[in-house]
Amino acid sequence: MPKRDDLEKILIVGSGPIVIGQACEFDYSGTQACKALREEGYEIVLVNSNPATIMTDPEIADRTYIEPIVPEAVARVIERERPDALLPTLGGQTALNVAVKLHESGVLEKFGVEMIGASAAVIHKAEDREQFKRAMTNIGLELPRAEFVRTLEDANRVRDRIALPCVIRPSFTLGGTGGAIAYNVDEFQRAVSKGLALSMIHEVSVEESIYGWKEFELEVMRDRRDNVVIVCSIENFDPMGVHTGDSITVAPAQTLTDKEYQRMRDAAMRVIREVGVETGGSNIQFAIDPRTGRMVVIEMNPRVSRSSALASKATGFPIAKIAAKLAVGYTLDELRNDITRETPACFEPTIDYAVVKIPRFAFEKFPDSDPTLTIQMKSVGEVMSIGRTFKEALQKAIRSLEAQRFGLGWDSKDRMQGDRVPALDEIRERIATPTTERLYFIRYAMKAGLSVEEIHSLSQIDPWFLSQMQEVVCAEDEIVRQGPLESVDKEQMLQAKRLGFSDVQLGRMWKSPELHVRQRRIQLGVVPAYKLVDTCGAEFEAFTPYYYSTYEPEDEVRFSHDKKRILILGSGPNRIGQGIEFDYCCVHAAYALRELGYETIMVNSNPETVSTDYDTSDRLYFEPLTREDVLNLCERLHPDGVIVQFGGQTPLNLASALEEAGVPIIGTSPENIDRAEDRRLFNDMIQKLGLLQPESGTAHRFEEAQEIANKLGYPVLVRPSFVLGGRAMEIVYDNRTLERYIGAAVEASPERPILIDKFLEDAIEVDVDAVADGERVVIGGIMEHIEKAGIHSGDSSCVLPPYTLSDRLVDDIRKVTVALAVELQVRGLMNVQFAVKNEQVYVLEVNPRASRTVPFVSKAIGVPLAKIAAKVMVGRKLAELGFTKEVEVSHVSVKTPVFPFSKFPGSDIVLGPEMRSTGEVMGIETDFGFAMAKALVAAGQALPMSGKIFVSVKDSDKRDVIFIAKKLEDLGFDLVATSGTHKVLSRNGIRVERVFKLKEGRPNVLDLLTNREISLIINTPSGRGAMTDEGSIRGMAVLQGIPCITTLAGASAAVNGIESLKRRGYDVRALQDYHSRT
Amino acid sequence: MHLRRTGTNEVAERIGVADEALLVLRDGTVFRGRAFGHRGEAVGEVVFNTAMTGYQEILTDPSYKGQIVTMTYPHIGNYGTNAEDVESPRPHLEGFVVREVSRSPSNFRATAALEDYLRGHRVVGIEGIDTRALTTRLRERGAMDAMIASSPDGKSLDVERLKQSAAAAPSLVGRDLVREVTRRETSPWVEGYSNPLVADLLEPVGRGLRVVVVDYGVKANILRSLVASGFEVIVVPGESTAASVLAHDPDGVLLSNGPGDPEPLTYAIDCAKGILDREVPLFGICLGHQILSLALGAKIYKMKFGHHGANQPVRNERTGRVEITSQNHGFAANAKTLDPDEVEVTHVNLNDQTLEGLRHKRLPAFSVQFHPEASPGPHDSLYLFREFAELIQRVKR
Repeated sequence: MPKRDDLEKILIVGSGPIVIGQACEFDYSGTQACKALREEGYEIVLVNSNPATIMTDPEIADRTYIEPIVPEAVARVIERERPDALLPTLGGQTALNVAVKLHESGVLEKFGVEMIGASAAVIHKAEDREQFKRAMTNIGLELPRAEFVRTLEDANRVRDRIALPCVIRPSFTLGGTGGAIAYNVDEFQRAVSKGLALSMIHEVSVEESIYGWKEFELEVMRDRRDNVVIVCSIENFDPMGVHTGDSITVAPAQTLTDKEYQRMRDAAMRVIREVGVETGGSNIQFAIDPRTGRMVVIEMNPRVSRSSALASKATGFPIAKIAAKLAVGYTLDELRNDITRETPACFEPTIDYAVVKIPRFAFEKFPDSDPTLTIQMKSVGEVMSIGRTFKEALQKAIRSLEAQRFGLGWDSKDRMQGDRVPALDEIRERIATPTTERLYFIRYAMKAGLSVEEIHSLSQIDPWFLSQMQEVVCAEDEIVRQGPLESVDKEQMLQAKRLGFSDVQLGRMWKSPELHVRQRRIQLGVVPAYKLVDTCGAEFEAFTPYYYSTYEPEDEVRFSHDKKRILILGSGPNRIGQGIEFDYCCVHAAYALRELGYETIMVNSNPETVSTDYDTSDRLYFEPLTREDVLNLCERLHPDGVIVQFGGQTPLNLASALEEAGVPIIGTSPENIDRAEDRRLFNDMIQKLGLLQPESGTAHRFEEAQEIANKLGYPVLVRPSFVLGGRAMEIVYDNRTLERYIGAAVEASPERPILIDKFLEDAIEVDVDAVADGERVVIGGIMEHIEKAGIHSGDSSCVLPPYTLSDRLVDDIRKVTVALAVELQVRGLMNVQFAVKNEQVYVLEVNPRASRTVPFVSKAIGVPLAKIAAKVMVGRKLAELGFTKEVEVSHVSVKTPVFPFSKFPGSDIVLGPEMRSTGEVMGIETDFGFAMAKALVAAGQALPMSGKIFVSVKDSDKRDVIFIAKKLEDLGFDLVATSGTHKVLSRNGIRVERVFKLKEGRPNVLDLLTNREISLIINTPSGRGAMTDEGSIRGMAVLQGIPCITTLAGASAAVNGIESLKRRGYDVRALQDYHSRT
Repeated sequence: MHLRRTGTNEVAERIGVADEALLVLRDGTVFRGRAFGHRGEAVGEVVFNTAMTGYQEILTDPSYKGQIVTMTYPHIGNYGTNAEDVESPRPHLEGFVVREVSRSPSNFRATAALEDYLRGHRVVGIEGIDTRALTTRLRERGAMDAMIASSPDGKSLDVERLKQSAAAAPSLVGRDLVREVTRRETSPWVEGYSNPLVADLLEPVGRGLRVVVVDYGVKANILRSLVASGFEVIVVPGESTAASVLAHDPDGVLLSNGPGDPEPLTYAIDCAKGILDREVPLFGICLGHQILSLALGAKIYKMKFGHHGANQPVRNERTGRVEITSQNHGFAANAKTLDPDEVEVTHVNLNDQTLEGLRHKRLPAFSVQFHPEASPGPHDSLYLFREFAELIQRVKR
């Protein structure tokens, strides 16, 4: 069937900000979809609030709306653009939810918009538990047995049908709390009684426990002619009980016989047909009882998912692109397989390697939360690796994590070395409980002599995975015996590399530095071969150059000899502080240099990203971003230039090692990068230029730190050197806190000293992005932070252009930026952070690299800064590129962060110098208040238009809150406050209701929150910690999803937003219209 | 464009001589690896199979007689072996080549590790070689004769002699391998889908109908599928004549899969012609399809490296829908040599447009090149057993 010609304009909805559970995979899928459909001649309208995405680049869609993904805003877009169809299956749950709401409210029908890919009925059938269960029963498939009960007697009757162990889950509790597993009758009775009490509707579900079962996923595609193919099977290393997003997963499935695999395949086909997904991709999860082989369906996602991105990268099959084409009527046999060119997309990829995904977590940012992995996803990113064997892929994946791990053991974190050897009790406990460390404890267990059977019975991890790990662990002693390094021969070296051991590990085993191992290895001729990912196990010739390294005889590297090669180092796994923004910049570098005729080569380990799409660059190498792996590539490919300044801290940390190895780094020199990063050199430069910076010192010991702090005067800002995202950064007000801090900081970065700065209280922070070519420095954007100094720049909202700073100050900031760029001989991007206090401009930090704000600025000013910078790095001049002066914008752009607090119950949501946001949104409008309102709404902070607002501020804020409160009163809100704030407000003639603090009596403020009587909280903290009164209030706000603002500046901005929204409703405008003159 | 190749000898692994094994191709290429399974020598045509699961079904498929199979998926043996997932009582292939054998299998049905299974059946294996490099070579130069050798007594192997033996290996072309795998006696077949994993796949639409299966090296799952479809099944030796087949008074006849080249199987071609003459419904699978094609006057050719895997897309020309099929063949019938007035092409391979299925326009006969019984592979084409029953019913009326 050819494509549909009754459609002209298609609306695609993105997934909004990066949050836990929805990351850059939807930028990848959305971008693919936009490109695929435009290629077919459709006009594409896009809505997404996330400026750091490639999909919101103005050239990806015809009409790009950076607007909140809420029904009101999307409805306005529909009204304005009148699309023929809405494709909701490529923007994660966010897009699906908003599409369903627009369907239910009649908006789609009113404007004649057809939902393509999946209809509202299909979405309901897949997502409504009862409907789904009925559908599965219809086709003879089982779900885990479960029944709802309201009494203990009923529960006991159910227990007779569903054998113990059972999972008891109370219905309607906050944050899914109160679930328990019962292994005996006593436990069962207790869990049911407790659950019934906890449930708001006095109901629990008694479920068959499938904890410990094997977990699988199949990625399925279907077209209009009912052709169905399975793109990839995935097996979870962590058995049922851990969210699949938090599990280590492996492709293809490893432990299924063909009979079992085909049964699962048949089931998947029946599921997609029964649920009725007409076209596109779905992800279906299954669990199998390892003792009997019984199979149950867990769930299905009627859309492209995180697993689809993984499956695409694991096989080379572009699921999102194909899904988009199927949605407009093509059938699978009509579409080509890009990789083989000859064969159709209607086939099932076969792979000849093993793929391992490991999630990356950020528990260190949420120290009060429980690090146990559960069915609630908590990871913030992931890495994927490819090896010829699971063993090799596993060790590669571990070192891809960039978590100071270089394999299963024999690195600085290996507890078998040194004096922290874990005891057997600890080992057993840590194997039985899934955490991020379990993988390493399995090795400890093997070292301690536990058998695969014992480890299996403690962890339920399939013995196949364990015995593969055991082969690695067993090899360790043999490898150590082969040392010292000089006596290792070629075959021994090769065997070790084939098991995935890194040079770092081998260095420790053979008591030699990593680089000596490297030299010896190369001398012995043991270098990796690069093999192709080709969807077909080499059955057909592959044309798409997508590679991974392994230690095998035959190497398949191809490159053209008539083009200069530029290697772009990516940013690795998403983490807090280093996310999609850097991938965005890397992708732009690839696009820009391709335009100039270079051969672009991308290196990255993150399967969610656009950068690891095989058609983003000319060559893609799916590799860990470690010194060893990157040097290997450089030696094999001899690039003419390597770009390290776009991938965040990851490639920057490699810069000096690469330079020492003679690799040509283009852009700002590593020497100058070092001048900006090294505290001493930085101070010298600031002095030389006659600029201001907060007074500071560097301490290696506590006594020294104390001395410096006393000299500078408290408060001081303390942090370890060379970190990103404000890791372990803190504002310290006294000696005692300083002492407590030292331990943590040393832990954060072992080989680096602690930096101590005078903290400029109440200063205004400013971020500047600029690009320089050696002749000229052009300011990209100047952003004024809304929150005052002391809150990490990644966690503050910021406004472009500045909204309160005087022209003189902004001009000073410009001049300082230019002076710094000239001094550092910047070639490419530079970011400077300033603090303004008492009309003085202080330089806080200079980063001669792409910053987190580059995509935001690019969209705000309508100039692709990263692209321009990449061209500058290969020698183009800004004048040639037509970017010679700062863009003056007549609109206002606001960037607002998004936080993952709801996933980490127990951690306080107060903002500080340690970054904790996972993503960001943009609001763009003609005035500040409206831009702010859009940003807040897009960030999920539903701004109330009426109702009660609870105000409670610390003493030093009491004077300034009066104005805000007055404004809220004028806007028609009712105010509620506890005694202190109440007193101040009522004395100033503001109508305010008093409410009890927690210990003053009932009903207190928590009761009000629980009953959802409060629609907004303004609470500036006087103390931190979840244990305080304030902590409980903020915790409850997170649980109830009530917007909670913790800074006065933020509150003031929000009030501004509310005022704008009340003045006139939503209006939307495409990015192309804002920048039509450029 | 530039393609670097390092010699395969260059990175030979340090292995005890007792465990050393070599794979020597007819063109002189040598792959060094470790021995597994039976120690000794094996000669055959090397083909690659791209299925990621189902190695036990592949090992026991009689169609691999005369061939050495290399699996493109690197981990083989993960789920061990069991007594149920077999296509015949024992392996028939000549040798087995894998990247890595799993020595600790994991599956609730596993009864033995692959290593022990192969040893027990005296199948020579080699592991630890770059199977992707081997596959690429076969793709570029075509399936090739080869030797696998491992030394049972620790003596080192004579590479030159092995090269000569590989070069002197008898070609599959023109050889009758059917006689080596077919049964000697006629017997009924009663086993259906006893395995609960596949129990509900077929409806008993063939109840009351008798099918004679001519065994050219039949896969058990064809027989199980017939039984699961309700047919009464009688299996006769491959050398059976049409008369002896028809003596069982069958409602339908199935020409089974089998190894090698169909051209020398004149007795089988004659048998097919005899059945066609009597207008008894006929269904051919794989080699059976080629035999029917020959009986209908088509020409057979040897493919470069054939189709061996579980992901071959085939378009059903009558429905326009695509089936993902299980395949294993190195010879094929040329669609252009079929008489379009007599024969309709029903199935086409989407990768290379080769003939995958045909139906006679007048006579009650049809055949497919792929394996509707799967095992290993997808169940997309199981409907053909139902169509066989329907064809028989139509003829009976």
